[in-house]
Amino acid sequence: MAEEHLERIFQDKIDEEIRIEPKDWMPDAYRKTLIRQMSQHAHSEIVGMLPEGNWITRAPSLRRKATLIAKVQDEAGHGLYLYSAAETLGITREEMIAQLHSGKAKYSSIFNYPTLTWADIGAIGWLVDGAAIMNQVPLCRASYGPYARAMIRICKEESFHQRQGFEILLTLSRGSEAQKRMCQDAINRWWWPAVMMFGPSDESSPHTAQSMQWRIKRFTNDELRQKFIDVCAEQCTILGMTIPDAELKWNPEKNHYDFGPINWEEFWNVVNGHGPCNKERLDARIKADAEGAWVRQAAFEYANKKKEKEQRKVA
Amino acid sequence: MSSNDWPLWEVFIRSKQGLDHKHAGSLHAADAQMAIENARDVYTRRMEGVSIWVVESKNIHASNPSEGPSLYDPANDKIYRHPTFYKLPEELKNM
Repeated sequence: MAEEHLERIFQDKIDEEIRIEPKDWMPDAYRKTLIRQMSQHAHSEIVGMLPEGNWITRAPSLRRKATLIAKVQDEAGHGLYLYSAAETLGITREEMIAQLHSGKAKYSSIFNYPTLTWADIGAIGWLVDGAAIMNQVPLCRASYGPYARAMIRICKEESFHQRQGFEILLTLSRGSEAQKRMCQDAINRWWWPAVMMFGPSDESSPHTAQSMQWRIKRFTNDELRQKFIDVCAEQCTILGMTIPDAELKWNPEKNHYDFGPINWEEFWNVVNGHGPCNKERLDARIKADAEGAWVRQAAFEYANKKKEKEQRKVA
Repeated sequence: MSSNDWPLWEVFIRSKQGLDHKHAGSLHAADAQMAIENARDVYTRRMEGVSIWVVESKNIHASNPSEGPSLYDPANDKIYRHPTFYKLPEELKNM
C-alpha cells in the first residue's frame, strides 16, 4: 500500500480515538517522537530516584522513611513500565540506557537540582509530583496504546506521592519557627524549576503542534502550566506559605492567576547540562550500570547453565 | 549475546481468585523464576495480584493487524449469532 494511503488510515484512526498498537503501521516520525518522549520520561523516573534517595537514611521518623522508600520504589517501577512500553516501538533497553549515558537522551531538568534539606522532599512531592501529575493525566489518553496503559498505572500510583509531600510540608508549616523557615525556603527553591517542568512556552515549543495532531499531547505546555499555577496558588494558602512570585495575582477577567516572567535562560542552561547536579546525576547512573554489570552477567550465566542441565536431563 | 541481553517476558496477572489472568506488561529477566519475582515487585506492589504467569515474549505469536479484515470476515455477516437477532413477542419475558 502506498505510504500516503497508510498515513491517511493512521490519522483517521487517531481522529476517531482508536489507539495505535505496536504492530500497526505508523509513520516513522510518530515512532521517533514516541521513542524520544517515552524514553525521556522513563529516564526521568529513574534519575528522579537520586535526589530523593539522598534523604532515605536521614528521614526524620520510621513512618517518613517507609513512605519515602515506597515512593522511590514506585519511581523505579514507573521507569520500568515506560522502558518496556518504549521497547514495543523497536528500540532496545540497552540502546535507551546508552543514549542516557551519552547525553543524547534527556531527562527532566528538575532532577538536576539538589535536595538540601528534609523540606525538599516535601516540596518535591507537592510541586514536582504535582506538575508531573498535571502532565501525565492527559497522557493516559495518548494515542499509542502501550504508552497510555503505562500512564494509567503510573497515575494511579502517583497520587500518594503528592499527598505524602504535602503532608511533610504541612507538618513543617505547623512546627517551630526554624521548621517554618525550612518549609518556605524549600518552596522558594523548587517553585520556579517546577513551573519550568512544563517545558518551553508554546511559541517556542517546536514539537507541540505535531504531537497534538497525533494526540500524543492533548494540552499545550502553557495550558498545563497555567492549570498547575492556579491549583498551587490555592493549595499554598493552606500551608500558610508564600509562592516566590511577586506578580502572582488572581485575575478575575481571565479566571486564572497572573504570574511573573519565567527565567528561560536558566531553563536552557540546565537542559544543556549546566545545572547544579547534571554531572553528579549522570555519573551516578553510569556508576550504577557499571557496578551492576557483573550481577547481570552472573544471573545470565546461571540461567544458561540451568537450562543446559535441564536439556541434558531430557536427552 | 552480551551479558545484558536478558530475554523479555510478558507478564499476566490474576487480580483475584475466579478471574482470568490479564496482560499487565513486560520485563527483562534471566530466567522464569527471576521474571516472576521481578513481576511481583513491578506489577503487584499494591496487592494487584494473587497469581502471576510469565511467558518469554518470543513464544507469543500474534495475528497480523493488516490481515484483520480478512481474518475476522467470516463473523461479519452472522448477526443471527446474537440473541437480539430474534424477534419475539413482548409478552415473552426473561428469555
